[in-house]
Amino acid sequence: MDYIAARPAPAKSPAPILRILFGDAVAALITVGVIGLIVLMLPVLEWAVFDAVWHGDAAACRAGGACWAYIHDKARLILFGIYPPDQQWRPVIVIGLILAMVMASLSPRFWNARLALLWGGAILVMLVLMKGGVFGMADVPTAKWGGLPVTLLLAVLSLGMGFPLAVLLALGRQSKLPVVKAVSVCVIELVRGLPLIGLLFVAAILLPLLLPSDWTIDKLGRTVAALTVFAAAYLAEVLRGGLQGLGKGQAEAAQALGISYWKMIWHIVLPQAIQKVIPPLTNTAIVMVKNTSLVMIVGVFDMLGAGRAAAGDPAWPAPFTETYLFVAAVYFAICFGISIYARWLERGVKRKSHA
Amino acid sequence: MRLLRDARVRGGLIQIALLAAVAGVILWIAHNTSQNLSERGIRTGWDFLDRPARFPISESVLPYDPQDTFLWAYVVGLGNTLWISALAILGATILGLGIGLAGRSANPLLAGLGTGYVTVMRNLPLIVQLLFWYALATAAFPAPRAAWEPLPGVFLTQRGIFLPALPAAQLALAVALGLAAALLLRRWRGTAGVAVFAATLILTRATVEMPELRGFTFTGGIALSPEFAALMLGIILYTAAFVGEIIRGGIDAVARGQWEAGRALGLPDRATLRRIILPQALRVIIPPMTSQYLSTVKNTTLALAVGYPELGLVVNTVINQTGQAIESLLILLGVFLTISLSVSLLMNWYNARMAIVVR
Repeated sequence: MDYIAARPAPAKSPAPILRILFGDAVAALITVGVIGLIVLMLPVLEWAVFDAVWHGDAAACRAGGACWAYIHDKARLILFGIYPPDQQWRPVIVIGLILAMVMASLSPRFWNARLALLWGGAILVMLVLMKGGVFGMADVPTAKWGGLPVTLLLAVLSLGMGFPLAVLLALGRQSKLPVVKAVSVCVIELVRGLPLIGLLFVAAILLPLLLPSDWTIDKLGRTVAALTVFAAAYLAEVLRGGLQGLGKGQAEAAQALGISYWKMIWHIVLPQAIQKVIPPLTNTAIVMVKNTSLVMIVGVFDMLGAGRAAAGDPAWPAPFTETYLFVAAVYFAICFGISIYARWLERGVKRKSHA
Repeated sequence: MRLLRDARVRGGLIQIALLAAVAGVILWIAHNTSQNLSERGIRTGWDFLDRPARFPISESVLPYDPQDTFLWAYVVGLGNTLWISALAILGATILGLGIGLAGRSANPLLAGLGTGYVTVMRNLPLIVQLLFWYALATAAFPAPRAAWEPLPGVFLTQRGIFLPALPAAQLALAVALGLAAALLLRRWRGTAGVAVFAATLILTRATVEMPELRGFTFTGGIALSPEFAALMLGIILYTAAFVGEIIRGGIDAVARGQWEAGRALGLPDRATLRRIILPQALRVIIPPMTSQYLSTVKNTTLALAVGYPELGLVVNTVINQTGQAIESLLILLGVFLTISLSVSLLMNWYNARMAIVVR
């Protein structure tokens, strides 16, 4: 018997571009509308590029266009705050270290217990580098930290410390013990029901009243605490999705083999549950990077706060618009970079599992 | 030792230990607080709520006077929070629907615009966007005398944005009649509503009130303060990107066969979308949309950054004025918890109902 080999479906010839754009009245209207919108945006381009002042001083900036000369002059202040200029190589190393660690952690190749230890060590190194006071490095108090390293440190510290907390909360929420479950649900829902600003206010204003009076935690530390709790609650909900997606059989098989609870969680449940929720975890990480910008409201000197301080310099004609555009560009580079990188890794994992 | 191996005994012990730990922490915090309060001589209690607030609130939906009590100031702040939340949700839903559909459009220009918009907006912090719009509205706009007039009757100035307005009474009447017509005449719902709305306005001879430059500022028409305008613009543009993604996800979740079936019946794509795809997508869209609405309500607290007097700003002012930090923050947290938890409960009930309906 002869079989006719299956043929692939005939390739669909793409519709000609003109027909897509101007096929009928509505399509033509949409095309014209979009082009009109782009034309309307042209004055913005004129302001940002053609009329812009790229070099020179404050006097040159009174002409009208965007004052990029100011960004050129103040970039250091916006990126590093009032960190002593001759010591700024230290925050530069910290930023590089954070980016390297984030790149490594997103890749499944490096996932093991050693990565957690490595993170602990890296964070310690970062804090020592920023603070100084040892190995001949000048001591820089946290009040002088500012700009991009603070933004990144807040994000990394809150996510790093929030993650173990989130694992406990997510496991607690799945627990069969009613008290454990109730406490976990309460903590998660309480934190998720509040705006982050509310938590930051509690940390900035209320926390000193709630702790013994001889405990002095500086503002940065209290802010990190608030962000950590916030991150933990949201990460816990993401992890819960992964735990629920995991078949019951995995835990039951482990119990049948006589594996103890924590060994089962560590070796069997968590690795599979986390693997399932990588995309939403990355999303939460990006959200936390964006959320660190709120600390400006309680007076922590992150990149946004440093930008506002720089724009307030009376020597320049109040270039707030340019400052925010610059800060926005840095945030965009970080957040979009992480999401592109994560998507690229995810494609790699998928290709490998299909091969 | 054998007792400890029994799962039930161990579970009980763990729970007792956890309860003891939670109780211990609460007691410890209470002890610290009372000690700190007495050491620093901070007054506590709710009697300050009856005292006159004596600080101004620059704009509000509810009437407010600095002679009013602190309690009323909080209510006014909450009123503003709910007002801007409602407007932001309404605006973001309409714009987001457009953006979500644009992202799925066959027109490459429109699809590119839609996805590009979502990418930019979602990767920038909301507070940076709010501050940007506020800087634009206060620093880049001209003084009232040299106001920009992009459309006739619309004036952009440093003092705010001034729009032409219809008289409130006639507008309310027209909206009511239009809604009634839309509800009664089911067949031509949209058309009938708009027609009755327009007819009412014409018959009552409603005239559009134009803003006019008098002295240093404009009078007449609708005046939007720079704070309000920047807040609304920022929060709507930001939220619309998320709403757009949710709607696009909902459309993608409807099986392809539904599109093909619509086409096989000879329906044009736009009719298929409106009559077949969107109603089915709605079921997928509603749960994430609710949590997006909730986070929009929570996001309104960022109005603090541009100085619009919503609940967060009022709480902040009261703390600075009275030092009653514990009470004020409890009010702030209580209000938001109430909103969040009641919406969550409603959603759980709704999901449970939907689950029965779904086969």
